[in-house]
Amino acid sequence: MNEMARLQKRRLALYGWMLAAPALALMSLFAFYPAIATFWHSLFTRGTSRRPSVFAGFENYGDLFADPTFWTVATNNLIYAGVTIPVSIMFALVMALWANAHIPARSFVRSAYFTPTILPMIAAANLWLFFYTPDLGVIDQITGFFGASPTNWLGQPETALASVIIVTIWKEAGFFMIFYLAALQTIPPDLREAARIEGAGRWTYTRRVLLPLLMPTTIFVFVNAMINSVKLIDHLFILTKGGPNNASKLILYWVWEMAFAYFDSPHAAAMTILVLLALGLVAVAQFRLVEKRTHYR
Amino acid sequence: MTDQSPFIRITSVSRVFNGGNGVHDLSLDIPRGSFVVLLGPSGCGKSTTLRLIAGLETADQGSIAIDGKDVTSTPPSKRGLSMVFQSYALFPHLSVAENIVFGLKVRKTKKDEIKTRLEDALRVTGLEGYEDRKPAQLSGGQRQRVALARAIVAGHPLCLMDEPLSNLDAKLRHAVRKDIRDLQQRLGITVVYVTHDQTEAMSMADIVILMKDGRIEQVGDPADLYLKPATAFAAGFVGSPPMTLIPANALPANVIPGGFDANTLTFGIRPEDLVLSTDPKAIKTGIPATVTGSEFLGAETFVFVAIPGTEGATGRLPGRVEISPGTEVSLSWAGAAAHWFDGEGGHRLTPTVPGTSAQDTKITSQPDTATSTL
Repeated sequence: MNEMARLQKRRLALYGWMLAAPALALMSLFAFYPAIATFWHSLFTRGTSRRPSVFAGFENYGDLFADPTFWTVATNNLIYAGVTIPVSIMFALVMALWANAHIPARSFVRSAYFTPTILPMIAAANLWLFFYTPDLGVIDQITGFFGASPTNWLGQPETALASVIIVTIWKEAGFFMIFYLAALQTIPPDLREAARIEGAGRWTYTRRVLLPLLMPTTIFVFVNAMINSVKLIDHLFILTKGGPNNASKLILYWVWEMAFAYFDSPHAAAMTILVLLALGLVAVAQFRLVEKRTHYR
Repeated sequence: MTDQSPFIRITSVSRVFNGGNGVHDLSLDIPRGSFVVLLGPSGCGKSTTLRLIAGLETADQGSIAIDGKDVTSTPPSKRGLSMVFQSYALFPHLSVAENIVFGLKVRKTKKDEIKTRLEDALRVTGLEGYEDRKPAQLSGGQRQRVALARAIVAGHPLCLMDEPLSNLDAKLRHAVRKDIRDLQQRLGITVVYVTHDQTEAMSMADIVILMKDGRIEQVGDPADLYLKPATAFAAGFVGSPPMTLIPANALPANVIPGGFDANTLTFGIRPEDLVLSTDPKAIKTGIPATVTGSEFLGAETFVFVAIPGTEGATGRLPGRVEISPGTEVSLSWAGAAAHWFDGEGGHRLTPTVPGTSAQDTKITSQPDTATSTL
């Protein structure tokens, strides 16, 4: 009898592994192996036909920290993330609340908000390229109407990063709005009525009931926004190519440049590992701090 | 209770929705300290009426006054009332205690007062020890009590309840029914309670307001509704099993009271007033019918019979009665037990000359023998 139970337990464990196997195989092939291979690759010097690649330890990482471009790119990316994440989440929330209210032409408002998301990145970037065109673009047409002189929004270091940030917010807010909209629709209208009877105004209801109930969505959206902030590359190809003078260069674009423009894959690998490390740390912090306070139904 | 003016006065209020449901020209007085049940089938406007009192809906026409003050356009929070929702509407992210004191906190009540009121509410509803649980960790009955506690914690004189028991199982429903009634009496508050369950209405209410299609069908205490239904609808809605309603022209002419037109008349009889007899002598005088089936419920047996030209009738006989489908029986009743309704509006008619029915004398003399012969 005891033997039987043990056998059964073992069989269950086997089933578990069998069920996990396909996902495990794919993940290993496309995620775990590349990550480990990248790490391994980052520990060697760049090989040429004259000087073969040799083990260099963490020398590549040291090179990165010594490179002023690294600090520029890291700062750029921090600013980029620090602005796009909160602002696009806030816009998404406000738009969702608006599109969820009983307003005329509700479905039009929803689809209008969502349109930027369904545009291909390259198309959206080209659109904005036109907006930003000095003198001829929509933005300069408007500012010119009020007497401002033409500005090369994408071509000068002071405004290049901000211009890229605005495009990202424009594109992401509508996407995140969909998640908030879906979450809002799962909140029963009774709760609002109960709150109204208890004397809670619109703001109190939003703060004490709505926002806490939207917390799981906020976390999901936040994680997505964070990943996106180190993933942005296609806009840069069209809009600024990281310039001028690295003013709008972000991490992934720089990694791409190192690997495929200068063919310096060990340094690119080292940079990739640093990004992975940073993302991992933020993820851990997130789970530790925020998850505990979040209510999941 | 010495105050004679009604606690809630609704004056010709209308609220119509695009879908068609709503209430039409509704007028209603609710006395202070009473337990009033709004009863009716779904879509009859009972919930709309409650929401109008709550202020969650605004009246298109008419006025609503609570405690002598016109509140027609007052927001819900200023009407001095609380509400228990069908879904309970508990805030899922807040603990039991936080849920209960939500309104007090919003209204910036003093900390120590919140504490004493919370303790009172927890004690009254028997929720002590559950303060820190989240609604998801509670059973249906406990959630219901949290909703009750939230409704009574502020001490409002009026509590509105929208089908608060419909999500509970039958056994619990029975117990909570009594609890709610006790609570209302102990606190001396006015309760307006919406339900579609006539058993709930009959067992809890001081006053039942029966509604249909956005209008009031009948207002009265439970006994009134049962014994003197104002309309055929009221007769059919109240009572379980419901009153048998059959067109009078399917009955022999001699049972129709004088002065009534059988062609536009509906006859009603409560199942317990229907006498079934298999006695050959009775068959000749009573209304012939055929048994189609029966249900044994322990203390009583329901017998279903088919009467030609009608949808059939139900009889309720005490104890266990063995009667097989297909048995020919004769139906009769005491004359006073019959209800008559006119054909158009279904309004109740009272025979001008009582006891004109030929069956009267015969039936009252032998109801017991009639059942025992089965």
